[in-house]
Amino acid sequence: MAHDMTAELQTSRRAFLKASVATGGGLMLGIGMVQGAAAQTAAKLSAYVSIRPDGSITVMAKNPEVGQGIKTMLPMLIAEELDVDWTQIHIEQAMANQAIYGRQYAGGSTATPTLWIPMRQVGAAAREMLVMAAAARWKTAPAECATAAGVITHTPTGRKLTYGQVANDAASLPPPDPAGLKLKDAAAYKIIGKSHSGVDSPKIVTGQPLYGVDVVVPGMAIAVFEKCAVYGGRLVSADLTAAKARPGVIDAFVVKGGTNPTGLVDGVAILASDYWTANRARADLKIVWDEGKYADHSTALYDSRAADLAAKPPQSSLLKAGDPSSAFAGAAKVVKAAYSYPFLSHATLEPQGCTASYKDGKVEIWTTSQNPEPGRQLTAETLGIKPDDMTIHMIRAGGGFGRRLSNDYFVEAVAISKQAGRPVKLLWNRSDDLQHDIYRPGGYHNFSAGLDASGKVVAFRDHFVTFGEGETLVSNAVLGPTEFPAGFVQHCEYVQSTMPLVAPTGPMRAPRSNALCFAFQSFIDELAVEAGKDPLQFKLDLLGPARTAPATNATFDNGRMSAVLKLVGERSGWAKRGALPKGVGMGVAFYWCHLGYFAHVVQTRVDPATGVWKVGKVWVVGDVGSQIINPTGAIAQVEGAVIDGLGQLAYAITFDKGRATQANFDRYPLIRINRAPTAVDVHFLITNNPPTGLGEPALPSVIPALCNAIYAATGKRVRNLPMTNAILKST
Amino acid sequence: MAFTIKVNGKNRTVDVDGDMPLLWALRDVLDIKGPKFGCGGGFCGACTVHLDGKATRSCVTKVSAVGARAVTTIEAMAADPIGEKLQKAWLDLDVVQCGYCQAGQIMSAAGLLAAKPKPTDVDIDAAMAGNICRCATYIRIRAAIKQAAGLPTADSREI
Repeated sequence: MAHDMTAELQTSRRAFLKASVATGGGLMLGIGMVQGAAAQTAAKLSAYVSIRPDGSITVMAKNPEVGQGIKTMLPMLIAEELDVDWTQIHIEQAMANQAIYGRQYAGGSTATPTLWIPMRQVGAAAREMLVMAAAARWKTAPAECATAAGVITHTPTGRKLTYGQVANDAASLPPPDPAGLKLKDAAAYKIIGKSHSGVDSPKIVTGQPLYGVDVVVPGMAIAVFEKCAVYGGRLVSADLTAAKARPGVIDAFVVKGGTNPTGLVDGVAILASDYWTANRARADLKIVWDEGKYADHSTALYDSRAADLAAKPPQSSLLKAGDPSSAFAGAAKVVKAAYSYPFLSHATLEPQGCTASYKDGKVEIWTTSQNPEPGRQLTAETLGIKPDDMTIHMIRAGGGFGRRLSNDYFVEAVAISKQAGRPVKLLWNRSDDLQHDIYRPGGYHNFSAGLDASGKVVAFRDHFVTFGEGETLVSNAVLGPTEFPAGFVQHCEYVQSTMPLVAPTGPMRAPRSNALCFAFQSFIDELAVEAGKDPLQFKLDLLGPARTAPATNATFDNGRMSAVLKLVGERSGWAKRGALPKGVGMGVAFYWCHLGYFAHVVQTRVDPATGVWKVGKVWVVGDVGSQIINPTGAIAQVEGAVIDGLGQLAYAITFDKGRATQANFDRYPLIRINRAPTAVDVHFLITNNPPTGLGEPALPSVIPALCNAIYAATGKRVRNLPMTNAILKST
Repeated sequence: MAFTIKVNGKNRTVDVDGDMPLLWALRDVLDIKGPKFGCGGGFCGACTVHLDGKATRSCVTKVSAVGARAVTTIEAMAADPIGEKLQKAWLDLDVVQCGYCQAGQIMSAAGLLAAKPKPTDVDIDAAMAGNICRCATYIRIRAAIKQAAGLPTADSREI
């Protein structure tokens, strides 16, 4: 199965603790940042909590908000332990400042597992300081004080003080050791576990400016940036005369960069007072590009090379368990199938962009990055600006999905502002965004499996054809040696061959898992059919008795996995699927990634005349531990992941002449409301495990569940994505 | 060239090339940031505004083509009885994820409810299919439109 408890997560934890110590005073992050109370109207109890004398409370949200709901969820954890009503607090987005806030990023579904305890400690620490201040004023023991809704009560006498009344006193106290703080029992939660609508939503539904594209800085120009269509191409020469002459164009100039397409590359910037004028002038540019050595690359070439490589001995071995050759030789039945999936674009609805204001060696940046700190480092290395001379505002993003973990648009905006000598808002158009993405890599799997006479899987092999140079793979194109069913089939072999790739790749929502799960869980479904077994029972049998198995940076608990799979069968009426009408099928799949255990059942109807599929209901069961922090947000993440996954059957980024061929949503048809299921039944199986994240693990297994449902409805196996409906027509 | 257009009840003059899409006249000239830029080709609906009450993609509508028609953007929808109900339903059902498309979604939904006060799920799918939500909040969008219309929110369709 996929990597979990990633290195990133561990790094984040270390950074958090380190930053806490670095801020001095308390061990807790930011609590050392106590300000002299007298100097401020709002008493700052920590980097996260400020309280004014009137009792109004500001809580900082530390991580980038890209739609995952973190700006609501993290303050809920603080507010719970601070013991205030949700309506008493005002939430503000923090600046990017890792010295104060530790790592600030949105990726890997890591916020919940890494911050579940620390954010509650932030709230509890502030509460304790307030209680101590009240107790000091009453000359009594803190243990005699109780709190609720921002009021401290001296229990024996009934005397009361509001948080606002003691905030100044509290802010001058030393912050407590977080290890000594007693956190609430779950039974006492008033905020955690209750649904809270997104904190920015009232502004969003009334159209107030919030997003990267909405940023306005005095004196700014709007910039567009023309790059080589072939990734990493170099600019040889550019005639800017016509572009500069166009009415409304303020300036146009060449920006020199490097060849790494995830950083600053060569291009031409055009500035105008409005986007449309700047963007229109791109047609006036006359640029000669050196397109580099991969300018002949195409999807057709990759498909052809992949077929050649699959027919040859593999280039390297990833896993060899048992004696696969003998096991295949002795199998009662050998099943073979080749699967493939395409490159995908993140296609955030807000295209990439960034606003930067460079002046006298310092720069202020307004970014929708999911990962601003590496943007700061990239910009420092590329443009020679000191990291400390960058002030970074984190702006709400119109979607992330992993795209904004890269900071190419960030460094572009700063480079253009620096060269222009004025603030600029860089806006990409949709073609820029689809054609200069950092793509989910495509891949090819050549499976074989051996079944014994009873239908049990006794041998399993995958020859994975992926992208890279030798054994150095492109980003997120990895098959790990613990990918299921490795460890669950006695004789198992994963081998690999690679070919070079023209385009940059990176993480996309449920990275690696979103692709691997489709291939593996679809092929396992084929094996169930070949074995003559109920697919759900076959998968439970393959998981076997409850035990744990090591995975990269985490442990896979197949008891949790099996429980989720069984429950989704019960909730969906799996056992009664034989009663479904002709042309309707149900499919099931399961997956574990990013610490979350998920299983999906999809019900689909396929029109035999056209091959058009439609999804009715989808059932999802997930185990992400002991506590769902914000139920409405959690369910929303699952609903979105399900529909996002279903959509992935229908589109692809393809390459020709070294460049992406899709330029807009007409040819990159993101799923629309008329293809969305009629209902998504989301159920969380609560288990006694630490709470973990949800943005990603709810996605992967819906894809093979749909493909398996299509098989059940039509007898046609979907082995290659994107799928054209024509293959499902009844012949 | 100067064009006078009526935006959210007020006459506004923009001195721009007549080919400039209404979206950019609103966003970059009049500083009305509610309509969003998603595709520039009329494919995603993030830029949806009303022209005389009809949902229209402002990214493919030239300023010169607006004429005397009244332009209404999300910023004015709280004052519209249907818009207000939709905004409330959007909040009650916590529809928003990233939220970037939602102004356009509400504008399309308001156009639908003005024409068809009690839409079916099929009506909703047809009217809203021009608006992409990359976060795929579609289940809640359907429910919120029905709630605003005073209808039961569950989807009654069978497969």
